[in-house]
Amino acid sequence: MIQTVSKTELPVGEMLTIQKNRITGGKGEKGKRICIVTGTHGDELEGQYIAYRLASILQNNTDKLDGVVDIYPALNPLGVSTITRGLPQFDLDMNRVFPGTSGGSDYEYTAKQITKDLTGADLIIDLHASNIFLREMPQIRINEVSEEKLLPIAMDMNMDFIWIHANATVLEGTLAYSMNAIGVPTLVVEMGVGMRITKAYGEQVIHGIFKTMNKMGIWKDSVGPVAPPIVSRDGNVEFLNAGHSGIFIPRSAHASMVHKDQLIGEIADPLTGTVLEEVKSPVEGLLFTLREYPVVNEGSLLARILGGVD
Amino acid sequence: MKRETLFRFNCRPYRQEIPIYGYRFGGTEKTLAIMGSTRGDEYQQMYVCALLVKRLKKLESEGRIPDGVGILIIPCAGQFSMNVGKRFWPMDNTDINRMFPGYSGGETTQRVAAALFETLKGYKYGIQMASFYLAGDFLPHVRIMDTGYQDPKQGEAFGLPYLMIRAPRSYDTTTLNYNWQLWETEAYSLYTNATDTIDEGSAYDATDAIIRFLYSHDLIQIDEADVPLGSPTKVLTRADLVNIHTKKGGIMRRLCMPGMDVEPGDELAQILDPYTAELRESIVSPVRGKVFFARKGQIMAEHEVAFRIIAEGEK
Repeated sequence: MIQTVSKTELPVGEMLTIQKNRITGGKGEKGKRICIVTGTHGDELEGQYIAYRLASILQNNTDKLDGVVDIYPALNPLGVSTITRGLPQFDLDMNRVFPGTSGGSDYEYTAKQITKDLTGADLIIDLHASNIFLREMPQIRINEVSEEKLLPIAMDMNMDFIWIHANATVLEGTLAYSMNAIGVPTLVVEMGVGMRITKAYGEQVIHGIFKTMNKMGIWKDSVGPVAPPIVSRDGNVEFLNAGHSGIFIPRSAHASMVHKDQLIGEIADPLTGTVLEEVKSPVEGLLFTLREYPVVNEGSLLARILGGVD
Repeated sequence: MKRETLFRFNCRPYRQEIPIYGYRFGGTEKTLAIMGSTRGDEYQQMYVCALLVKRLKKLESEGRIPDGVGILIIPCAGQFSMNVGKRFWPMDNTDINRMFPGYSGGETTQRVAAALFETLKGYKYGIQMASFYLAGDFLPHVRIMDTGYQDPKQGEAFGLPYLMIRAPRSYDTTTLNYNWQLWETEAYSLYTNATDTIDEGSAYDATDAIIRFLYSHDLIQIDEADVPLGSPTKVLTRADLVNIHTKKGGIMRRLCMPGMDVEPGDELAQILDPYTAELRESIVSPVRGKVFFARKGQIMAEHEVAFRIIAEGEK
């Protein structure tokens, strides 16, 4: 059933409406509730495929459902519809204003309505893609303050790896931090690249969602095994940033194992026909993030490598 | 005055190298730093700094900057955005003023922030020419973040009618003002009533406010009679302000200006139907007070902040 989470009037003859699709099993709204949210960043579309596929499968198999699944395909519908990462009216990141407030601006009010609607869920899965610049392997990112509660849940999500990262005050405005802070377990999934859909990654995540729902008792049908993820912490992740501005040409494959000093890519100058920088891996490990967008400025992130992986 | 290239941003091969200049006055002491625009639409903030460079150059040539005082002004660090008409970093839409204290090994705007902060940290006083994310008109004022390190009394030296103390939100913790305070600089954000337009009167008012601050802290030596007249400062917190939201979307016809005194029931604006010009909503003040902020928006959505009123008496 399509339900409205938040509705406000735009200036000229249009409503800004945040909607969700509530799918229930035979017991109606009894049982546990899982929420799948995505579309907070308007340029991240990987979650759109998952939302569509999940709704399609569940609606045709409600007899196997024993609980409530709420799918929120677009928390920032104006961003998705205008290829804008943030809130198009204000050029602000929607994932920095949670839990929202009714006394602030209209987007803070919308964030508050979303928070209110999600409150009480047994689990939230917050689906993100990377931005348009980087390609990511499917992964779950967990703030270290929530590790104890979230890590056991994340292990069933069929991810390639789980990254437990340090807390930063600026992240306290994210949806995940806000919901975890009020006791609603929320996992953040990152995968793929901005403005594109990577179907294989989508299917991988969907399998993990069904496995998780099965464990929670929401999905009664059997689900095949999931691969155990690599669990990593900040100290194992190497960041490779551009030392020069120019064009980045990858020389290693994304999601591959690389050895120390392996050439990850080159920064070239199309004007002079020269290579400005050879970017080499400082460690042996998994190349889980790789630059997708070729133009780079000095400092642009080119790759992330998870060290200490066989 | 000495112009110094603080750092250069390499934009090749598509853009040429961009220098970030600092203008130094007096000695090498780290007494006062003033940061102008970090965003590409902050023309007014850059202009205020440019006017200050001009005034301080004259004061310095007259020997009016005492020994032991060093002043740095950075008019602009947002050229990469400004020259192409973008508010944020055009490549990835990130905001330099959400990257402090920066990280020299990190992403581009983290590096710019790190290079700026390396220069700006350690000063006794810091003033940032700030802008607001909503298009609108403010009463000129000074803001201080409530970090526990601030000293509001010092801010009264600007001689502006209002000094606002604001509790930081999580997204504020990466601003210059917040990080300055963590590094024990007495930091102030100065708001004029313009950002992407040059408002001459407001720009001169802002430079006068900084001259008053310099004078009261003995950073310049001028006759008291030459100090521009200021006003007593009222300290505000968020609790003193009443936000007034739109209840309907449409065309906003604004009927008041910042600084106007209002009574409960006074009409502040009208929201008109965008197709028929019929009145959809009359926005009235719920309190007695003074208009502190008024949106410029020609069209408004529902539940947008249209006005902020400094309430007098019971709210």
